Amino acid sequence: MVERTVRIGSTHGLHARPAKLFTQAVAASGSSVTIEKTGGSPVNAASILAVIAQGIDHGDEVTLVVDGGDEQAVLDRLVELLSTDHDE
Amino acid sequence: MEIRGTGIGQGVAVGPVVRMAAPLPEPVDRPSHLDPEREAERARASMSVVAAELADRGAKAGGAAQDVLEAQAMMAEDPSLIDEVTKLLATGKTAERAVYEAFAAYRDLLAGMGGYMGERAADLDDISQRVIAHLQKLPAPGVPNPGYPFVLVARDLAPADTAMLDLDQVLGLVTVDGGPTSHTAILAREKSIVAVVGATDAASLADGDIVVVDAANDLVIARPSDAQVADAEARIAERAAMEAAPVTPGALADGTPVPLLANLGSADAAAEAVRLGAEGVGLFRTEFLFLDANTAPSVREQQEHYTRLLTAFPGRKVVVRVLDAGADKPLSFLNDAPEDNPALGLRGIRALRHSEVILREQLTALAAADAATDAELWVMAPMVATVDETRYFTTLARELGIKVAGVMVETPSAALIADRILGACDFASIGTNDLTQYTMAADRLLGTVANLQDSWHPAVLRLIGEVGAAGAELGKPVGICGEAAADPLLAVVLVGLGATSLSMSPSALADVRASLARYTLGDAKAIAESALAADGAAEAKQAARRAAESAPTASGTTVS
Repeated sequence: MVERTVRIGSTHGLHARPAKLFTQAVAASGSSVTIEKTGGSPVNAASILAVIAQGIDHGDEVTLVVDGGDEQAVLDRLVELLSTDHDE
Repeated sequence: MEIRGTGIGQGVAVGPVVRMAAPLPEPVDRPSHLDPEREAERARASMSVVAAELADRGAKAGGAAQDVLEAQAMMAEDPSLIDEVTKLLATGKTAERAVYEAFAAYRDLLAGMGGYMGERAADLDDISQRVIAHLQKLPAPGVPNPGYPFVLVARDLAPADTAMLDLDQVLGLVTVDGGPTSHTAILAREKSIVAVVGATDAASLADGDIVVVDAANDLVIARPSDAQVADAEARIAERAAMEAAPVTPGALADGTPVPLLANLGSADAAAEAVRLGAEGVGLFRTEFLFLDANTAPSVREQQEHYTRLLTAFPGRKVVVRVLDAGADKPLSFLNDAPEDNPALGLRGIRALRHSEVILREQLTALAAADAATDAELWVMAPMVATVDETRYFTTLARELGIKVAGVMVETPSAALIADRILGACDFASIGTNDLTQYTMAADRLLGTVANLQDSWHPAVLRLIGEVGAAGAELGKPVGICGEAAADPLLAVVLVGLGATSLSMSPSALADVRASLARYTLGDAKAIAESALAADGAAEAKQAARRAAESAPTASGTTVS
């Protein structure tokens, strides 16, 4: 199990297209992943509804926990996705 | 059988009916007679079928729509949602009810968050309906796609439905509800879809019935005779020929010029307007430049956009309306105080006067764009009610380098003292939608009073006549920019009342041009007189129709 905290790079936060790209990547990874907004509680990162319902905005900090599969590689890829601005 | 409604535009269409499925009722909360595992299988199967359908539609649509539909596909079989459904099924509910409750819980959660999330709440309702329809083996709600051209019959269309309309397949549109200013009607006008709205008896039409949709005559003919079909087809061919004919400047039969201008909301639409024969722009709305912004755009950004617009119309008149915020289009940086009656609140010139720096910047950008191009720029202020507001605006506009400054007449007060108002500015442009709303005291966004939102009402026509008379006396132009100018017969009435130019959606230009060419100024005045003398809107339209049919110079087929 590996975890890391990352700041959201997407200008419009983790809504719409960025949320879709993120949950798609989680589902494709085969690992079990949770995402937790600092001060909140962890939710299933493969669930687009759970993710957008966290109301994660640009600049918010979130903690990812990856369990199973190629943990380190999956974590690196997801962290990169979250810190990139997809709304340009 | 003839079904009456309100025709939008002048088109005719013939084809088979396909009905849009009505929204499903809420599934009854009763114990399931299947065990929870079996219900869970049913729920998951339907969720994955709907997800696959949505993803497939996304792949076909491409672009931005694909992203939205793919996200919806993921929501349709979301793991958290499946967990919730499974929990509900364990309490003995049916799959339909569990799906309904699970989606509703997320819907309420998102709706409570507001903003972008609030909009997604409506998407969840749609997905929920699709899954429940699949579980019940019913047709999915929403716009049907039978695979052949059809006439769509619906109670009314939601904005999301209209965005999905495939215009190559939809020959015509008939709605049971909705009036001439409904969302559906505005869309039909914009996209030139043959439509009859508010056709109450259309509820009795069945899938496969052949119908003639005759918008020009406010009529839907069910099970038409061969002769009626042949007549409709001849008119369709005639209209196609008219649209292909070379475009001439707007004028009456006696040669009186009536410039036909376009209503535009963005410089991107300019080329299409020119192609359809717009002789300039009668109303350029500037709200879109501001709507997505939390702060006003810079002078330079604005100037670039205005320059692009003016460049498309060298030597032509372009009338730009300064920011019209308030009521149905609030802007947080201009006015974020909640109001009980926003239509009667701090909007239009009132809001700009309150935040003068925004108005100054916009006028400065407009004057700079004017100086850099060859178009003839006129600028006007929205929602003017007094001579004082008129003087305020024209003084500021001239100080900042605007050469021609006028006002919109949208309030009864401005119409009633049009002679004073026109004395303090260069021109007037009548916004018929708001003028009708304020004259009839009927909220134009409220369906229950939609029957009063009709610019044919003699009270509205009289006020327009006041403005026309004042313009003629003072030798100042009086334009019309509102839905009324797009109605071919009402356009003749407006000219008879003294309008000197008409501005409309570019798609309406061809029909209005053809209609004006049938009557002299004398005919137009006589037709207007007959409408003014009527008791109500419907009677005014009928009286005008009769007067037009008997007009001595009228030639060819009469328009509605």
